Amino acid sequence: MTPAVSFQNVSRHFGSVRAVDGVNLDIEEGEFFAMLGPSGSGKTTCLRLIAGFEQPTGGHIKIFGETADGVPPYRRNVNTVFQDYALFPHLNVIDNVAYGLMIKGVDRATRTRRAEETLELVRLPGYGARRPGQLSGGQRQRVALARALVNEPKVLLLDEPLGALDLKLRENMQEELKSLQQTLGITFVFVTHDQGEALSMADRVAVFNEGRIIQVGEPEDIYRRPRARFVADFVGSSNVLPPDLAQAFGGPRRWASLRPEDIRIGKTGGHAATVTGASFLGAATRVACDVNGARVNVLLPSGSAVPSLGAPIRISFDAAALHPMDDAA
Amino acid sequence: MNGAPAILAGRGGLFGALSDTFWRHPRLLLFLMLTPPLLWLGIIYLGSLFALLAQSFFSIDEFSGMVRREFTLKTYGELLSPSNLDIIIRTVVMAALVTAACIVIAFPVAYFAARYARGRWKAVFYLGVMLPLWSSYLVKVYAWKLILAKEGIVGWALGKLHLTWLLDAWLALPVVGGPSLSVSTTGTFIVFVYVWLPFMILPMQAALERVPGSMLEASADLGASPRQTFRTVLVPLALPGIVAGSIFTFSLTLGDYIIPQIIGNSARYIGMAVYAQQGTAGNIPLAAAFTVVPIAIMGLYLWMAKRAGAFDAL
Repeated sequence: MTPAVSFQNVSRHFGSVRAVDGVNLDIEEGEFFAMLGPSGSGKTTCLRLIAGFEQPTGGHIKIFGETADGVPPYRRNVNTVFQDYALFPHLNVIDNVAYGLMIKGVDRATRTRRAEETLELVRLPGYGARRPGQLSGGQRQRVALARALVNEPKVLLLDEPLGALDLKLRENMQEELKSLQQTLGITFVFVTHDQGEALSMADRVAVFNEGRIIQVGEPEDIYRRPRARFVADFVGSSNVLPPDLAQAFGGPRRWASLRPEDIRIGKTGGHAATVTGASFLGAATRVACDVNGARVNVLLPSGSAVPSLGAPIRISFDAAALHPMDDAA
Repeated sequence: MNGAPAILAGRGGLFGALSDTFWRHPRLLLFLMLTPPLLWLGIIYLGSLFALLAQSFFSIDEFSGMVRREFTLKTYGELLSPSNLDIIIRTVVMAALVTAACIVIAFPVAYFAARYARGRWKAVFYLGVMLPLWSSYLVKVYAWKLILAKEGIVGWALGKLHLTWLLDAWLALPVVGGPSLSVSTTGTFIVFVYVWLPFMILPMQAALERVPGSMLEASADLGASPRQTFRTVLVPLALPGIVAGSIFTFSLTLGDYIIPQIIGNSARYIGMAVYAQQGTAGNIPLAAAFTVVPIAIMGLYLWMAKRAGAFDAL
């Protein structure tokens, strides 16, 4: 099957800044794909390269097998939901949503009907006559989504779409986006710096750092089997163990990751540790321990006994939980 | 625990007491700050304007030359005499053309300044636009008289380019032509455009500056070519700035009496008519009636702009 989007050794340099540096990536058709990374890692530039707002300084991008070299944004059947939504303030909601259809020359009656249908799809019916300025952040986001979806794009690009929403709304929107993607079957490419969002929504995740992709895989894979220290650290704040400690814990003498929730606290067995702190997170309590001078976090489910500060404890885990990583990065 | 008190003692003195009072009654400060400018604007400025306009409802006694202080619409009737109507139409057409030319010339400049100019280039832009405003208006107009004169640099440059025939053909045309550019309606137009251009560039640039780049990207993303984006997004969003700028260029052209007097043929404009009626002719009512024309036109223009949705994006 032809990939929906294909990056072939793509670079985008701004002078001496290598925003994107030699990226190879295939995004499959119908996939919910997340680009995850800290700010300045190149994930947004990759999205802008797909949309056509940026041109690669090296390599090639193909969209459904067709080369996108030198193709302007308005000739790409790809639509974007912008981080600031970028709704047109001089148009009402219906005209905003119908904008793409109007540009294509669809007659007014048809485009109004289709815009209304799409507003219904994003669960914002009856808001057509309002101006963007009269809507809340969450409503504006739905309009931005409808404005992109009404064009039935081959690929939908979402640039940190949930970043400006508050927690509750964000969680609702995550579920909605996911089910919308499944209903429509359109390829979604989603940029985020929130690892929880990427893991919960995406079929596959690419983790970016300094313009390069560090790892691509399914969320479970990225979470359980990080390939590099950066991924272990950035995705779900795993314990990154230096080679000496990994060896002492029974693994090979390499950098290793150990999930805080995979560690148990007991009185006997395992390895000696000292409690140096505890923070209550709601559903769990994170206990910070000192093991031979290295810091190891343990996640205790809510309700279990939390050892007191400075107490000597024993920590243990299944051998399979210790995951050795590539030494590089 | 340190020994500092939780509530600090008052500063004391007149200024300390005033600070506390103003803090407790913010409206008092607002009132004190707004009163002088409102008095200036309301009484001295608007008051004298209305006093002048009231004059337009008086008439002049044709025998004694004295102003007869009785309500009449006779002066407005005089305004519609062929020669006066001619002045009004000429001025309005000139103002409209000057405004249109200013919009066309100012847009690329304002767009560049708003979208691309950063740091040093922004400073260069502001300096370039504002610098002409620092020199005397009269000096600029007389400089243009020399530039546009038969022996001036424009004639010389066209001669060097072997295009003198083009200038001659243009000057041979009725209405816009004349013996040379400096004594033609074309010359008047050129100088009006030059002198009022900064007043169009600055508000336009301010309006374009408020259009986020993502708005233009969104338009392209939704399939609009640059031309379509210009027409359906950029122009509507820049329209408040264009209207603001055109208020300046339009009303300044309507009221000016110096440029057409120095550069141009003897054709008269509203400003010159007002100057002549209230000065040499001593016909204050007719001068006042003439000044009502630009005010009425600007009011009509703003109403139409509002109807056209120019302020919807505000």
